[in-house]
Amino acid sequence: MQQALQGLRVVVTGGTSGLGLALVSALHAAGARVGFVARTRDRVEEVEWLHGGSVGVVGDVSIKQDIHKIVVQLLGRLGGVDVLINNASDLGPTPLALLGDTECEDFERALQTNVLGAFRLTKALLGSLTAAAREGRGALVLNVSSDAAVNAYAGWGAYGASKAALTHLTKVWNEELASQGVRFLALDPGDMDTPMHAAAVPEGDRASLKRPEMAAREFIATMMGLLPQPIPSIAASRRAS
Amino acid sequence: MIAADKPIRAADAKLLYVDADGGVHHGLRTDLVKLLHRGDVVVANDAATLPASLHGLHERTGAPIEVRLAGRTTSTMNAFVAVVFGAGDYRTRTEDRELPPTLLEGDVLVLGPLQAIVVSLLDHPRLVSLRFTASMAALWEGIVHHGRPIQYAHVSQSLELWDVWTAIAGPPVAYEAPSAGFALDWRTVAAMRGKGVKFATLTHAAGISSTGDPALDARLPFDEPYFIPEATAIAINTARAANRRVVAIGTTVVRALEHVGHDGVVAAGPGVANQRIGAADTLCIVDAIVSGTHEAGSSHYELLRAFVDDATLQHADAELEAHSYRTHEFGDSIFVERQLALRVGVRTTGSWRRERAVRHSNRALAQVGAK
Repeated sequence: MQQALQGLRVVVTGGTSGLGLALVSALHAAGARVGFVARTRDRVEEVEWLHGGSVGVVGDVSIKQDIHKIVVQLLGRLGGVDVLINNASDLGPTPLALLGDTECEDFERALQTNVLGAFRLTKALLGSLTAAAREGRGALVLNVSSDAAVNAYAGWGAYGASKAALTHLTKVWNEELASQGVRFLALDPGDMDTPMHAAAVPEGDRASLKRPEMAAREFIATMMGLLPQPIPSIAASRRAS
Repeated sequence: MIAADKPIRAADAKLLYVDADGGVHHGLRTDLVKLLHRGDVVVANDAATLPASLHGLHERTGAPIEVRLAGRTTSTMNAFVAVVFGAGDYRTRTEDRELPPTLLEGDVLVLGPLQAIVVSLLDHPRLVSLRFTASMAALWEGIVHHGRPIQYAHVSQSLELWDVWTAIAGPPVAYEAPSAGFALDWRTVAAMRGKGVKFATLTHAAGISSTGDPALDARLPFDEPYFIPEATAIAINTARAANRRVVAIGTTVVRALEHVGHDGVVAAGPGVANQRIGAADTLCIVDAIVSGTHEAGSSHYELLRAFVDDATLQHADAELEAHSYRTHEFGDSIFVERQLALRVGVRTTGSWRRERAVRHSNRALAQVGAK
């Protein structure tokens, strides 16, 4: 896979832990130009330093006022985007709670991050994604879903409902934008050994969980199956500035 | 006309259609696709708008200032041309804004988290080139967190970035919105495709539209960098070779395409548009324009004189006035076809250009096909 993604511009949200961090590392190793977003400045700077040439942006995708600020920095520094991976997720109540015990505010936060955040970021990047598609670069949006979006698990109501909404949103986006050359896919990475899983199931057997690095490799294999090979080079001065 | 004073894309926005014979028709902007023909290529500017207004202090005097980034003098990423105002903000008409304190080379401007150095004075007390001292990452972060969209007194509410981004906004390189693009939504783009109309984009760093100072306004538009993607160049050259129309969404698209295509063929790649377009110019690429409604005397209005003769333009103006069209960036739209008499290939003196352009296009296409 070495350098197989040379020149591909990929944005990952929630890029400093769990699956997001594994994606940033694997994409960077494969030669992609990676932009990532996360909330904690120290972590963003550390991950950026560890992945030379990557673009780290401090921001919170659940906050409406942050979205365009994030997008300007990503596009200004990357020059454009070919693939968006909406990975940042909020679990809802932690520890997990039955719906009857779920605070409305916890549910709202899960929806703001997992549904509206992904929607707003996608909408703000649509001009760039459709431009990439017209330039033959194969625009793609991957939304990280969960089997909790499909199956009813007690305690996973807020998270599962938000991921079900995201999965349906993904299908409608794809229906509406396939003709513009942008494809949307919701992917379930499976149960992974991540900080989020530890927060949800503190007593879980970590050894039985999938490594996020494995899930990241699967994501990249899926991406490569959907993108043109080789990826066209970006004109040296794509930016009109 | 009435000033559009809210940043909304009105569902009932009007569209004045000026046909190639000079006839004037009233319609709705949602009818835009009806004016397009199968095989037309529609070209829009996908530049996203920067929050290019930065308030701060002139360090040497402590005086409050507003810096409006307005363009670039070099390809250095942290260097800009800027218009500097004294105290106050957009709620005061630009014509009435105070001058900044006397600016000297080397002066430091403290703009929130950013610092900029005045590199040179550009023959006007408001106009300077400046250089930011921050790293690129810190500069982008500083601009998005401290900057506001440039705006004018006719809109009273403070604008957010989403107010000044078109649906197709991509690279953040425009200092003010390429506002003709507000006529586009994804429904319209999809409808174009359904009708066999090709949709393409270029990126043109639209500059500042007004400074309020007649001497400076006479120097607008400043030089504007642009980039034409290969897919866009091919779409335009193919359409022209087949005698199909090129429809520009906005004056910036006309400026870029006529700059790169002055010999009748559009090449992909970067460029800097440094020309003005007016009544004396013969358009080589663009056959029709979608634009906002503009006041006589502005550079946007001058550009329309390359499309139609003055009598037609005056007739259109009278119709806009009589039917209460709304003006400025959030206002109604016009669709102007280049008058037959002004078309290259119709004038005997110009026909050679069209023939040569077609030959160029065919050669360019052969080269593309040979890749």
